[in-house]
Amino acid sequence: MEIYAFILLSLLAIATSIGTVLNRSAVNSALFMVLHLLTLAGLYLLLRAQFLAIIQVIVYAGAIMVLFLFVIMLLNVEEEENIIKNSRFGFIGAFMVGALLLGQVVYSLLGLAGLLPELSGQAEAIGTVEAIGDVMFTVYLMPLQVTAILLTSAVVGAMMIAEFTHADGTHQDLIEHAPEDQVDEGAA
Amino acid sequence: MISIEWFIALSAVLFTIGAIGVMVRRNAIVLFMCIELMLNAVNISLVAFSSYHGNVEGHMLVLFSLSVAAAEAVVGLALIIALFRNTLSVDIRNLTLMRF
Repeated sequence: MEIYAFILLSLLAIATSIGTVLNRSAVNSALFMVLHLLTLAGLYLLLRAQFLAIIQVIVYAGAIMVLFLFVIMLLNVEEEENIIKNSRFGFIGAFMVGALLLGQVVYSLLGLAGLLPELSGQAEAIGTVEAIGDVMFTVYLMPLQVTAILLTSAVVGAMMIAEFTHADGTHQDLIEHAPEDQVDEGAA
Repeated sequence: MISIEWFIALSAVLFTIGAIGVMVRRNAIVLFMCIELMLNAVNISLVAFSSYHGNVEGHMLVLFSLSVAAAEAVVGLALIIALFRNTLSVDIRNLTLMRF
């Protein structure tokens, strides 16, 4: 039973990742990516990592991909004409490099064939919220705080980077966008 | 029970697809999504090793890599917006300022 779920989910993951890479429209790419992240959450469930599966759906498929879609909609980018025909030589080169990469990883994996572990009996116990929270707020308390600082600085940095600067060095006024007569009408 | 080799093979395949995407695509946003594909591929192998060893530390590493990925997405998308403001496209072929 489990093997069928694995085959289904992994085929879906591969297909959706190919769909992400080879889609002309960026919006379609992003939606394929959402599906890909959901199948990965299913794979995490197969690996008994319940907490990570839920976090994957909430953070990745929810928050990060919504951010991507927002930027795609904001920029309103036109579709690429033809992905493969425009750069056939580059595509073949990329495919060769990718095949080399895959061959390397699979080759090194074959060398380890006898050393890899069987599924641990504790696998059920470590994926729960309780087990992860137990470790997160004791052993990994310091990295957790550093993550909080990292996220705060990322938000501040993103605002600094994306802020519009006029040619004379003044910054975009973030609050008042409406012309003055419209503001007066609103007040009246 | 599925042996761990299958999960690592899946992770390798997904990583390769992401790497090919980074090399093939010209749209900066899609390129960024391909980087996320590669990050997720590595996360699968981390979770697989963690579960098969019965050790919670791989799960913690995935959790931290997820939050770093979120921070990276925010900053990267801000960079893409700044790029769009300057060149009015997100085509990375236009980024030739530092090419010699």
